Amino acid sequence: MQKMYSETSRMEPVIKNMVPKEETIKFLLDYSKALSVIDYNKMKFEALLN
Amino acid sequence: MKTSTTTDAYLVNAYIKGNESALCELITRHKQRIYSFIYSKVFDRDVAEDIFQDTFIKVIKTLKKGGYNEEGKFIPWVMRISHNLVIDYFRKINRMPKFENNTDFNIFSVLSDGSLNAEKKMIKDQVENNVRRLIEELPEDQKKVLIMRVYKEMSFKDISEQTGVSINTALGRMRYALINLRKVIDKHNIVLTN
Repeated sequence: MQKMYSETSRMEPVIKNMVPKEETIKFLLDYSKALSVIDYNKMKFEALLN
Repeated sequence: MKTSTTTDAYLVNAYIKGNESALCELITRHKQRIYSFIYSKVFDRDVAEDIFQDTFIKVIKTLKKGGYNEEGKFIPWVMRISHNLVIDYFRKINRMPKFENNTDFNIFSVLSDGSLNAEKKMIKDQVENNVRRLIEELPEDQKKVLIMRVYKEMSFKDISEQTGVSINTALGRMRYALINLRKVIDKHNIVLTN
């Protein structure tokens, strides 16, 4: 029991101040620029324009 | 706090109106909080990265489609999306548990892929085609018995009934069919192995 309770439950500690990779952010910004939503007869169509 | 949420709301509005840099500002402002939250649940950098990306793809789509109506509650809304995606992720890995090899035991040492690879499949098809062509060359009575026995898996009793000959004759035709096939194969040095 003692062993069970004294063991750390996580393999690695939670690192604060973690941020996603720059390329992920860049991808999201590019995706946002490329995505356009077309409104047609109350329907919304997504179009990815490169 | 009030200023920050107001500014978020302002940025969201600006983004909806087409200001792309507003999204950049929103992501920069909240990326650490959202990413750390996701990582604290999944404990895997790559998975956290994927979920972070999917979260913002959802955010972008919803904002562009005009489906966002929680003004002033941008960050709780994004956190809820990421939370739901984390739940989806755990549901998915529970359905399809990932087996990780360790140094003591490798699952692939006992599991093998039984299906043929492209080359072996081609060879198998070729061999089967050759055999079919060889069978076509047999005399009609022998060919009939061989096809019934090998391809239709009929018993010699059924074959004899269908062809109207005795079982012994059917057995004899089968024997001659095989002898003739072997002869042709030997004569022409045909290789019929995979």
